Amino acid sequence: MISPPLTEIWVYLSATPLLWLALTLLAYLAAFALHRRLHFNPLANPVLIAVVLLVSTLYLTGTPYGRYFDGAQFVHFLLGPATVALAVPLYGQLERLKKMALPVLAALVAGSLCAALSAYLIAGALGASLPTMRSLAPKSVTTPIAMGIAERLGGLPSLAAVLVILTGILGAVCGSALMRLLKVRDEAATGFALGLASHGIGTARAFQIGETAGAFAALAMGLNGLFTAVSLPWLLPLLERWLGH
Amino acid sequence: MLPALTLLLVFQLIGEAARLALGLPVPGPVIGLALLLGWLILRGGPSADLRGTTGGLLQHLSLLFVPAGTGVMLHVGRIGQEWLPIVVSLVVSTVIGLAVGGWVLHTLMQRAGRQEQSR
Repeated sequence: MISPPLTEIWVYLSATPLLWLALTLLAYLAAFALHRRLHFNPLANPVLIAVVLLVSTLYLTGTPYGRYFDGAQFVHFLLGPATVALAVPLYGQLERLKKMALPVLAALVAGSLCAALSAYLIAGALGASLPTMRSLAPKSVTTPIAMGIAERLGGLPSLAAVLVILTGILGAVCGSALMRLLKVRDEAATGFALGLASHGIGTARAFQIGETAGAFAALAMGLNGLFTAVSLPWLLPLLERWLGH
Repeated sequence: MLPALTLLLVFQLIGEAARLALGLPVPGPVIGLALLLGWLILRGGPSADLRGTTGGLLQHLSLLFVPAGTGVMLHVGRIGQEWLPIVVSLVVSTVIGLAVGGWVLHTLMQRAGRQEQSR
């Protein structure tokens, strides 16, 4: 039997979902191993490292994103069930939560609106185009929610997904240092800020700080997803009319 | 693991169905989260199976953002053209969101704690 040349094997494999699914998992495991070796330093964010590895591979092999996503969609799909799964850590903190419902709601509304509107207004002041500004507004909430909101606002869903992930990485990188700077020392408030401003990536970082921080991050992420989905689609058009866009 | 995974998918499905049927602006998975929380309260807590499966799924939550993050390659042109407003807006608004959320919760909780002590 004559074995087919390597290029033919590549041409065949690179067209199957299997290759890109396997490479997504391998890139993440490599990134996570590096993250662990660096003592979970937030600067060595595993999502950032994995994305750099994958984008370099796709560029070097001339693979279009669509073909990559045929394989990676199986991982992407799990964002839905993972969002539902956040109900379990949330249930664990229910007793504590009942006692602090009002502070939580106040922090949610203040933090969520400040993040969304400052993102929109700063980008506008520095000359960004309207679709970019509208894609920036929902960037604090988790990917599937932000994509839906961006579409409703007249932004670009796939750009919003990228901005969401950059926001998550930024928050995970500087969150705990910023809380120290503001003398916010309790785990609950630190976790809440991480989940509110940087969704699942911030929540993953919060679970490294502790169980309480993780649960409050999950709470903030869920609440902010809910609040942003309900508020931005009517608030932003009002703001745009007022600004004359 | 299988019953727990099925449960999560069923709650997501109910969430999607509720969103479509009632025309809600909230995404299906978030409605699913709220419904599962209600179900856990009614049942008095998650089963060991559900606790284990969700723990495993959430332990590597970061992985699930990798495919969408790789989509950055689709937007290299736009990000290159508008890099200054995008970078400044992302950094400043993330710091503002973190600071406001964390500080407001921390301050209000401290105040509530003091009131409870002085009572």
